[in-house]
Amino acid sequence: MAVEGTSVALPQFLKKIELIKQGAEARVYRGSFLGKPTIVKERFPKLYRHPLLDEKLTHRRTVQEVRSILRCRKAGISAPVVYFVDYTSHCIFLEDIVGSITVRDHIASTQLSSAQKSPEEHLDQLAQKMGQILAKMHDEDVVHGDLTTSNMLLKAGAESGETELVLIDFGLSYISALPEDKGVDMYVLEKAFLSTHPNTEALFEKLLKAYAASSKKSHAVIKKLDEVRLRGRKRSMVG
Amino acid sequence: MTVVIGFEGSANKIGVGIVRDGEVLSNPRRTYITPPGQGFLPSETARHHRSVILTVLKEALEEAGLKPADVDCVAYTKGPGMGAPLVTVALVARTVAQLWGKPLLGVNHCIGHIEMGRLITQANNPTVLYVSGGNTQVIAYSERRYRIFGETIDIAVGNCLDRFARVIKISNDPSPGYNIEQMAKKGTQYVELPYTVKGMDVSFSGILSYIEEAAGKMLKCNQCTAEDLCFSLQEILFSMLVEITERAMAHCSSQEVLIVGGVGCNLRLQEMMGVMCKERGAKLFATDESFCIDNGAMIAQAGWEMFRSGQTTELSDSWITQRYRTDEVEVTWRD
Repeated sequence: MAVEGTSVALPQFLKKIELIKQGAEARVYRGSFLGKPTIVKERFPKLYRHPLLDEKLTHRRTVQEVRSILRCRKAGISAPVVYFVDYTSHCIFLEDIVGSITVRDHIASTQLSSAQKSPEEHLDQLAQKMGQILAKMHDEDVVHGDLTTSNMLLKAGAESGETELVLIDFGLSYISALPEDKGVDMYVLEKAFLSTHPNTEALFEKLLKAYAASSKKSHAVIKKLDEVRLRGRKRSMVG
Repeated sequence: MTVVIGFEGSANKIGVGIVRDGEVLSNPRRTYITPPGQGFLPSETARHHRSVILTVLKEALEEAGLKPADVDCVAYTKGPGMGAPLVTVALVARTVAQLWGKPLLGVNHCIGHIEMGRLITQANNPTVLYVSGGNTQVIAYSERRYRIFGETIDIAVGNCLDRFARVIKISNDPSPGYNIEQMAKKGTQYVELPYTVKGMDVSFSGILSYIEEAAGKMLKCNQCTAEDLCFSLQEILFSMLVEITERAMAHCSSQEVLIVGGVGCNLRLQEMMGVMCKERGAKLFATDESFCIDNGAMIAQAGWEMFRSGQTTELSDSWITQRYRTDEVEVTWRD
């Protein structure tokens, strides 16, 4: 079937499995591949942009996504296993993180429910974990490029029962050692975090603290983050 | 019935508009146009505004067929924008408010664009792409704020276009962006340029540096035409904007897009956004140049919403500010 990777087999395979959402740049399907629960990410042509630009972006992002996932996994950072890649149709077959929820939904539901014993303490721990894992990722020189709470999943660990944080959606990622690039990465997260989850400034502060404490290289990144914040503020305000 | 007059002059446009319960009664405007190769400077722009503002005010009242006594509130742009032009316009607004004995209201310029767009298009709860010479933001409403999900991390998209126009000496009349749009229609060759999207944020300064450097060389040895450069620049910039808008829509599960701001009247941008919307079964709302480009009615409309929800600005608080973020304003008029 799809393993033969021909341009005919793949569209037929996609037709048979369930389309779960249309993200900003890919259709996401859920199904089974060689007996394993699988997510298929199909970067279909974006008709609004010039064909040359589209082909270049789509190809680059498919390659980068796979490359960064592998690099993270080698370093012990949780990310979905890559099962198969088809560069003709720009499809990536990924491990389906079964039983996971996005950090975004988790924060929203924790904030709402009073059932949770001390929800704040619980979220603090999560923020700390996020900070630590992002520091580890940046130490590997992986810049994610699209850090949001929608692009992080939580799943219950197999043995320990402790929840595990899984990073997904590496389509805009690239490899860079520059503090500037990592600073912008954190800036992107900060903006997405605070606009998605109102009144969580203190929580994000905790995340940054954990990030700073977890890596020797973090000092330069945080310094750049402060710089980038000023850039955004100044420029966005002249009307 | 509530009648609000709005004064806008945060950049090179000066406008006075009158709105009565969702109806735009008048909206005259003047633009300060500089020679090709030059931008507009704050003090000269303020001088221009000073010289025409009273004429524009008279026109607004005459066109609307109203007397000062019919006006309920005087709204003006508090910011963001260029200091000197903002001061000029605020001074006139303060003066007429006192002469007429009416309450004053300081309005955030960006909120003016959003509320005008919502009024004209009847979009209910859209993801807003706000693109102009000074701003590039992707905005969505939640919990009493217009929250900024994505924005430029350096210069605005309109600023990038304007400065490119200066480099290859495109006319500023009626606007550099309009002339680039017309030239782009004749471009055929796609020139590769950098593409910088960072999640829901974008960066334009690198593209500008690149094209500033490359334009002269490429034009000199006939590798491409000025029209090709206009075409390619538009394709790259607008693709980036559509992409971050789509990412914000996916993130917020939104099915409506509203484009506002001066760059928003570019038909190629609207066309590209329309294709994206069609692909995901969403709806696009856009307006033409009379409301996209800075105007007085947008300040009047935002002022109308604010005034109806019980807000006014005391004379002692009627200052202006060059820095005023969209998400600083508490939206008291929406659920």
